[in-house]
Amino acid sequence: MNLLEKIDAAATARIALLPNGVGAFGIPIEEVYSATEARIGDRRVLLLGTNNYLGLTFAPECIQAAHEAIDKEGTGTTGSRMANGSYFGHRALEREFADFYQCSSSIVFTTGYQANLGTISGLVGPGDTVLIDGDSHASIYDGCILSGADIIRFKHNDAADMEKRLRRLGNRVETTLIIAEGIYSMLGDQAPLAEIVRLKNQYGCILLLDEAHSLGVLGETGQGLVEKTGLLKEVDFITGTFSKSLCSIGGFCVSNHPQLEQLRYISHPYIFTASPSPATIASTRAALELLRNGSHLRKQLWNNCTQLYSTLKEVGYELGPDPGPVIAAVVDTPQQALLLWQRLLEHNIYVNLILPPAAPEGKSLVRCSVNAAHTRDQIQYVGDTFTKLFKELN
Amino acid sequence: MTESNYDEIMQVLCDRLSSLTNSNVQITPETNLISQLSIDSIKLLNLIMEIEDTFDVSIPINALTDVQTVRELVDLVYKIKSAS
Repeated sequence: MNLLEKIDAAATARIALLPNGVGAFGIPIEEVYSATEARIGDRRVLLLGTNNYLGLTFAPECIQAAHEAIDKEGTGTTGSRMANGSYFGHRALEREFADFYQCSSSIVFTTGYQANLGTISGLVGPGDTVLIDGDSHASIYDGCILSGADIIRFKHNDAADMEKRLRRLGNRVETTLIIAEGIYSMLGDQAPLAEIVRLKNQYGCILLLDEAHSLGVLGETGQGLVEKTGLLKEVDFITGTFSKSLCSIGGFCVSNHPQLEQLRYISHPYIFTASPSPATIASTRAALELLRNGSHLRKQLWNNCTQLYSTLKEVGYELGPDPGPVIAAVVDTPQQALLLWQRLLEHNIYVNLILPPAAPEGKSLVRCSVNAAHTRDQIQYVGDTFTKLFKELN
Repeated sequence: MTESNYDEIMQVLCDRLSSLTNSNVQITPETNLISQLSIDSIKLLNLIMEIEDTFDVSIPINALTDVQTVRELVDLVYKIKSAS
C-alpha cells in the first residue's frame, strides 16, 4: 500500500464508521448573524457548538480595536517575532496576561495549539517524563510527542491513579511534568486540582494546567480553575487559548518561573511561525479587558448552563458530572449520536457531533457549548427540543 | 527475568487482547494489533495502563511507535519489566 492508498484506506474507514454522517464535520456556515445565530444551508440556526463562552464575537470594543490595528499596522506581521520583531501589541498583551494572572512572565503564541506544543516541548525533553490525564486534548499529546519525553497517562480525573503512577516513577519524579486541564472539552468536567497540587508538592514535580475551556468561565475575574480553587500560586505554568472566551485566535503561557522567558529561544512552535496579526492581538486585548470585568457575563453564562444542564439531566440524558458551558449528551453508538445531531439541526439547533476515538470510553457525544449571549428563551427552546427528541428517539 | 516470565507476560496479554477485541481471530505472537485485532489508538493506550498496573511498571506510550504485533508488545513489556 503506497502513501496515498493509506490515506484512501483511512477515508474508507471514516465513511464506514458513519455512512450518512460525513456532512456533520466541518459543516458549511454560510452567514454568521450574531454570537448565537448563523445560517446553515437555508436554515437560520441557533449556535450551540462554538465555544464562544462569553458571547463576545461581536463585541463593539473588540471589533473597533481590530479595525484600528489594521489601519495602523496592516493585516499581518509577515513573519516570526524572532526574525521580524515584537510589535507593541504583542508585548502589551503579554504584560496584560502576566498582570491578569499575577505572574512575572507571559508568552503569547500564535494559536492555542501551539501554546501547548511550545510550552511542553520547551519544558521537557528526552529522558524527562510527562504525566498526563488520559483525556488530554490533542495539543497536549502532540506537545508531549514533540518533546521526546516519556509519556505516561493516568486515568481521567483520578488522583489516586495519578499517585500510583507517580510512585512507580521513583527518582524520575524530579524531572516529571504533570499536565491537567481546568475544564475538559469532551464532558465539561473539571480537574481535581486540589488533589493534583497536593501530589505535585508531595512528589516535587512541576505542574502545567491548561485553562483553555475554563478561562473566562471559572473564578470571580475569570482566571479559570486556579481562581475558583484559590490555587493560582500552586500551579507552575498555565496555558490557554484566545479562541474560546476571548473570541480570536492565539494562545498564552504564564508563570512565575523566570525560565519561561527562555522558551522564546528554544521552543520551535514559538520561533518558527508567524506572530499573531495586529488585529488579532488588538481584539484579544479588548476581549481580555471585557473578560476581567465580565462577572455579569459569567453570571449570565452560568444561569444558562445551569438551566440547560438541569433540563437535560431531568429528562434522562447521560451527561458529564459537572454542570458548565460544555454540556455533552453521551450515547452508546455513532448512529444514535448522528440521529440526534440531525434531528437537532432539523429543529434549527447546531451542536457538535463527537465520535470515537475522540469521545471517551468508546461512546459518542452530542455536545452543546452554552454562552452568555444566549437568551433565556433560546436556552428554553434548546431544552424543550432535547426533551421532545429524547421521547421520540428512546 | 526468566523465560517463564516472558511466557507469563505473553499469556496475560493474549488473554486480555482476546477479551478486549471479542473477535474470532486466533491470537498468536505475530498477530497485528491494528490490522487484525482492530485495536484503535485509544483502546491501545488504555490497555497500556492496564498492563502497567498488572506488572507494576511504567510504559511510556511513545515506546509504542515500534509496536505492531503481539510479540513486539510483549517484548516491550518484558524489556521494561526486566530493567525495573
